[in-house]
Amino acid sequence: MSAPVGTVDKTEAAATPPPHASAPSRRSRADGIGAASVILALNNIEVVYNHVILVLKGVSLSVPKGHIVALLGANGAGKSTTLKAISNLLRAERGEVTKGSILFEGDEVHSLTANDLVKRGCIQVMEGRHCFAHLTIEENLLTGAYTRRDGNAAIKRDIENVYTYFPRLRERRTSIAGYTSGGEQQMCAIGRALMSRPKMILLDEPSMGLAPQIVEEIFGIVKNLNVKEGVSFLLAEQNTNMALRYASYGYILENGRVVLDGEASALSENEDVKEFYLGVAEGKRKSFRDLKHYKRRKRWLA
Amino acid sequence: MLGPILETLIGGLLTGVLYSLVALGFVLIFKASGVFNFAQGVMVLFAALSVARLSEFFPMPIAIALAVVVMIALAYAIEFLVLRRLVNQEGIILFMATLGVTYFLEGFGQTVWGSDIYKIDLGMPKNPIFVLESVFPGGLLIDPSELIAALICAIMVVALAIFFQVTRVGRALRAVADDHQAAQSVGIPLNQIWLMVWAVAGIVALVAGMMWGAKLGVQFSLSLVALKALPVLILGGFTSIPGAIVGGLIIGAGEKLAEVVLGPVLIRMFDLAGGGIENWFAYVLALMFLLVRPQGLFGEKIIERV
Ligand SMILES: Nc1ncnc2c1ncn2[C@@H]1O[C@H](COP(=O)(O)OP(=O)(O)OP(=O)(O)O)[C@@H](O)[C@H]1O
Ligand SMILES: [Mg+2]
Repeated sequence: MSAPVGTVDKTEAAATPPPHASAPSRRSRADGIGAASVILALNNIEVVYNHVILVLKGVSLSVPKGHIVALLGANGAGKSTTLKAISNLLRAERGEVTKGSILFEGDEVHSLTANDLVKRGCIQVMEGRHCFAHLTIEENLLTGAYTRRDGNAAIKRDIENVYTYFPRLRERRTSIAGYTSGGEQQMCAIGRALMSRPKMILLDEPSMGLAPQIVEEIFGIVKNLNVKEGVSFLLAEQNTNMALRYASYGYILENGRVVLDGEASALSENEDVKEFYLGVAEGKRKSFRDLKHYKRRKRWLA
Repeated sequence: MLGPILETLIGGLLTGVLYSLVALGFVLIFKASGVFNFAQGVMVLFAALSVARLSEFFPMPIAIALAVVVMIALAYAIEFLVLRRLVNQEGIILFMATLGVTYFLEGFGQTVWGSDIYKIDLGMPKNPIFVLESVFPGGLLIDPSELIAALICAIMVVALAIFFQVTRVGRALRAVADDHQAAQSVGIPLNQIWLMVWAVAGIVALVAGMMWGAKLGVQFSLSLVALKALPVLILGGFTSIPGAIVGGLIIGAGEKLAEVVLGPVLIRMFDLAGGGIENWFAYVLALMFLLVRPQGLFGEKIIERV
């Protein structure tokens, strides 16, 4: 790539050893890793909507620099809420972080605005894409550069760079975004976020409502961006199978709590994950094993 | 026969430009914040009052500059005291809030500036000019002050259209109009954007207020010109700047022509009194439009897809 969008040092990203090699101990994870290699850390955050509805009940997680971390869970588990808590988009929905801390590159960001955070290099791609329907694809991309002050030439270069990652967007550059396909809109939303030159993207359900090949294509590009541009990703997904194939680490959220976390490969081998999230059941069910699973599951939820 | 009709048409178009300008104030705010700003009419009055009273103490250019400051301060106050606190509320709640602002501003204008009829003297030529004397006997009569007002409005409108279409902030304004949560997510600060549109709408109100005020005198009824902007909006579309312009011209010309052309017909054929057509024509036209093309002539299509 001639003009990288991200600013993270690639060699550093590549050189970082797998961060979660040792046995998981959730509480201490965020401070267990050297501060330099962690781009985002959540410590025990609680989120309340409308002053009364407690949705996140102490979520801790961390994203190492240059990695893709998956945040998994069923409908209503609190994935989007977690991402919005980080990007400071909660306030507009009458939500509030009432406890815990959110550190981006080591700084507490919980009282900043979304605008501040984008300037610092952390941007959210919202669930459901949210392109600006009446703007063209290229105008959509340009809005992503709103916070930048480095001049038109640099912005032009980055638009070209986005088009090399998303060739379909180049073809549709003058189309009104509202009339493009779902896949193109998802690409547009990711491309728009890239235009802010992010170090980290909070990507909320990119697979939502898209055909399998398109999902495959989009995840491929995300991986590409991660490797070539060094952009870190926190990826909220219901599509557990896809997410675990591309992420290096995963957290499973249930009812506003992290119930399980681990290396992506370990998670996709985990019996309970297989059963509850991957839809792969063991051969002999209805045996005493069920009871064991049940107990194990109870333990997470407690 | 053609001469007088053309004269009426031109007079109507020139008035129409002023309607356009008032409608433009509505469009700006509606586009950027989805708020139907009922207070736009009273902002026109308030701006005109400010210019009229300030010009008693200062020379006109300074009075106008000060009025601009007043309108920007007003935008600040509305953003800070009202809008900021109502982020993400239903459209109807925001509309109610602007109703509140309307009646507050109506009274507050009197408190600050008084409630007499005031004059704005922009020093525009008063003597009518005649054009095309070779084509029509006696030529066509045109009021030069209306012509100048129309020119000023036209410049204003073109400047705004360019601002919206090609500048970074203009693009951000359109983005906010489309999806304010997404706009926030890419780092566009809503408060700044809203402040900006209200300030611009205030300045548009100021220009409209000066033009109307110079024509009719500055008094309470000035805030009622806003009611004429409604049919203009329905005709042109609530989100379209060109729509506001064309709508204003159609209404302005249409109502004057209806008076001249339709009036005599009604009198002759149905033996009606035939007057007052100017008062209802715009609304009937707008109603018919609502039935046929609810998004207006240039209104953005409502894009719905899943
Ligand atoms: N604005 C809100 N006000 C009140 N409750 C909310 C609000 N937004 C979300 N919730 C609640 O918070 C819980 C978590 O929602 P969230 O959107 O974070 O889930 P999710 O994991 O992203 O689910 P999905 O996979 O369906 O997107 C849900 O029970 C939801 O009803
Ligand atoms: Mg969600």
